[in-house]
Amino acid sequence: MAAEATLAHENSSSNPWGGGKSPFGISWGKMMMWFFLVSDAFTFSSLIIAYGAFRHRLTHIWPTANDVFTHFPFVHGHLPLAYVGLMTFILIMSSVTMVLAVDAGHRRDNKSVAVWMGLTIIGGFMFLGSQAWEWYNFISGTPDGALKMPTGEIYRFPENAPSLHAKGIHAPDWALISPDHKVIEDKAEIARIKAVAQPIHGANLVDNEYGHPLFADFFFFITGFHGFHVFSGVVINIIIFFNVLSGVYSRRGHYEQIEKTGLYWHFVDLVWVFVFTFFYLV
Amino acid sequence: MEVNPHNSMAHGAHADEHAHGHSHDHHGHDHDHDHEDNFWSKYIFSTDHKMIAKQYLNVAIFMGFLAMFMSLIFRMQLAWPDAKLPFLEDVIGKWGKDGKLDPGFYLALVTIHGTIMVFFVLTAGLSGTFSNLLIPLQLGARDMASGFLNALSFWFFALSSIIMLFSLGIETGPASGGWTVYPPLSALPQAIPGSGLGMTLWLVSMVFFIASSLLGSINYISTIINLRTKGMAMTRMPLTIWAFFITAILGVLSFPVLLAAALLLVFDRSFGTSFYLSDIFIDGAPLDHAGGSPILYQHLFWFLGHPEVYIVLLPALGLASEVISVNSRKPIFGYKAMIGSMLVIAFLSFIVWGHHMFVTGMNPFLGSVFVFTTLLVAIPSAVKVFNYITTLWRGNIQFTPQMLFGIGLVSTFITGGLTGIILGDSALDINVHDTYFVVAHFHIVMGSSAIFGMFAGVYHWFPKMYGRLMNKKLGFIHFWLTIIGLYGTFFPMHFLGLAGVPRRYYANTAYDGFANLININHVVTVFAIIGGLAQFIFLFNFYYSIKNGKKSSQNPWKSNTLEWTTPIEHLHGNWPGAIPEVHRWPYDYGKPGAKEDFICQTVPFSETPESNTPHDH
Repeated sequence: MAAEATLAHENSSSNPWGGGKSPFGISWGKMMMWFFLVSDAFTFSSLIIAYGAFRHRLTHIWPTANDVFTHFPFVHGHLPLAYVGLMTFILIMSSVTMVLAVDAGHRRDNKSVAVWMGLTIIGGFMFLGSQAWEWYNFISGTPDGALKMPTGEIYRFPENAPSLHAKGIHAPDWALISPDHKVIEDKAEIARIKAVAQPIHGANLVDNEYGHPLFADFFFFITGFHGFHVFSGVVINIIIFFNVLSGVYSRRGHYEQIEKTGLYWHFVDLVWVFVFTFFYLV
Repeated sequence: MEVNPHNSMAHGAHADEHAHGHSHDHHGHDHDHDHEDNFWSKYIFSTDHKMIAKQYLNVAIFMGFLAMFMSLIFRMQLAWPDAKLPFLEDVIGKWGKDGKLDPGFYLALVTIHGTIMVFFVLTAGLSGTFSNLLIPLQLGARDMASGFLNALSFWFFALSSIIMLFSLGIETGPASGGWTVYPPLSALPQAIPGSGLGMTLWLVSMVFFIASSLLGSINYISTIINLRTKGMAMTRMPLTIWAFFITAILGVLSFPVLLAAALLLVFDRSFGTSFYLSDIFIDGAPLDHAGGSPILYQHLFWFLGHPEVYIVLLPALGLASEVISVNSRKPIFGYKAMIGSMLVIAFLSFIVWGHHMFVTGMNPFLGSVFVFTTLLVAIPSAVKVFNYITTLWRGNIQFTPQMLFGIGLVSTFITGGLTGIILGDSALDINVHDTYFVVAHFHIVMGSSAIFGMFAGVYHWFPKMYGRLMNKKLGFIHFWLTIIGLYGTFFPMHFLGLAGVPRRYYANTAYDGFANLININHVVTVFAIIGGLAQFIFLFNFYYSIKNGKKSSQNPWKSNTLEWTTPIEHLHGNWPGAIPEVHRWPYDYGKPGAKEDFICQTVPFSETPESNTPHDH
């Protein structure tokens, strides 16, 4: 028996890829999760690259995020990117609580796992609620809306273009902002535009009062696709939470399920960092 | 001829190994023998990889015949555009009124023929059947990593097939925009009847198909990485497994991009977005959608589409490697070169997609980059071809049906590969782009090679699936009629393409320049019918042999690989006792000095001192 064990040791134990064991020392379940995430990363990448390609092509007429996402609950005035910063912070904190849940699982501390999973779920719901609020504001738009030409160009009112103001460009109230962010002060041209343009309000998949409709198309599609992932994650987390409460994992003797879900949750968080960067920051 | 006297040696070690390797998964390997299977759990909702493989194969055979039947209908239309074919009304109803094929339905037929053949037969059918059957058996695993996800993968595939079949029966007809479903044709329901509900169903079907592919692939990959038996190092895996492994990785990396493409198309069609749409006039009025680009779809589609070619081809090449080696009674030539060339092909497949888009207005410099990467594919492909030929060279060749199909694959891979060099070069491609030259090229290099690999696999592993042998004589007739039908069909198409005949046209007789080419279309169609009829020989042979074929011995082809150490009668868990341990690579055929001309992977070197070489230890 000893000789056989030595032989086995020489044959395969020295080589992690030699067969008879997992070369990475992880279960197939965790490995599947990794490969699923790789696959999902390709879906998100192709969407974000498509977004980037259009944005690059339409740079001169692309809407400015600082003009679009300026709301903060219970606060009047323009606070560009403040709220999305908060919701990003919430999502990152929910990743932290997830890490703590996984850590508690390693310690087999069932009660702590439940507490941290519970907080992760609350963080997920807060993010989803924030996302809904962000969509609500984007969809309802500004009080005055904008003007859409029959050929599709969007002319905005100066009060809805605070980013110009921040750059030191001051437009009179009666002026219009052209699709390529120029101030139009020629009264004859303004009259010509107003004669044929239709007022539109807010953004949806067809129209976008802030500028090019593809901005809204990609925003709704990618944040929606990401939100769907967060929602799925919350549902999975809730299932896990109840499993923890009923002692499924303490009976099983290990909390690997929390780790696998944690991988997914961190991935969704990571994707949001990219979405946040490419839609809001750059 | 019992192969496996060495199992007992590994027993003690293996009980350990099994307990250790599975400490995390609590699904049913260990209590497999406890319960009686009823009909539903055994044949329908089985989680046994061998049954799931057979499920895939049978669905693929059904879908394959359907798609072949479609091709025969449109081939007859192309050869005899003015004739009335009274039986058409009987088989396809209103689409063949008075024996005339409806032009819109012609487009539907070519679309669904391509869709079914590429995705349902050669992707799911080929990988689904043989990855499922062979990965656990050749690696020495009791089942796939997750039997449940494996079954789920099949059922997503079945659902996707049902939706695609359902779309054939609807009022406005199935999707008709070509198997690539390019927008704007596919994005605007008002464009053609097939872009209505039929297109929606096509997209829904593909979403389920992608889910099925993903579940299958991550399962194959995890099983191959984690569940190899002791001694089954990566460099001792049969080339079949290497092919399935690389195929699964390609699937995991490319299908998600098709998912993105399909979802964006769904939004353009149904929710008013403009990802793919711009500057379109319908009845003189501009469309509301503007700002997008149909080229985006082509980029996303072909980022999947080109790896997809190798998802189809690599499993066939892997099966052929095994079949050719076994039936040449020689080790495969260049085992590591075979692995390396598959890896290189897989890598290159992700950076060549632009060669499908040379005429989209692509920057010529970018085009030349894609030409370069595309032509690089010739190198690993040639390595594989030469390795097959050198394996055959001076082999003790056994002309079994699977061997004929394996050699046939090498033949079609060369023939089709040569025209690939022409199409991969943008300056040459522009002349024959979207003509029958392209049709001829990919039907030979991808369609025929892949289906030949699949036939080789079916004839070779039929005994493993059903415990009986398929009839050899019928197999020979099947092979010869198929390869004659195939070359007779696709070889003349090159000339149609060189003459400029475009793909997907309902009839070419309306153009004076093509009027003198009708004879070629006659030839093509006659050979297509011959090849099509030959498949019924296979169909009969397959289903007749399941019940009445000659009973197979445990190792009918005298193979080295582990699947032939399992009992003929299937059992859940594959090996009745411990899993065998592996001591050598799988290609010790005709080894000088050996007692027999094959040495199973389970035989340790210590038992074969007469044939060991200095490298064996």
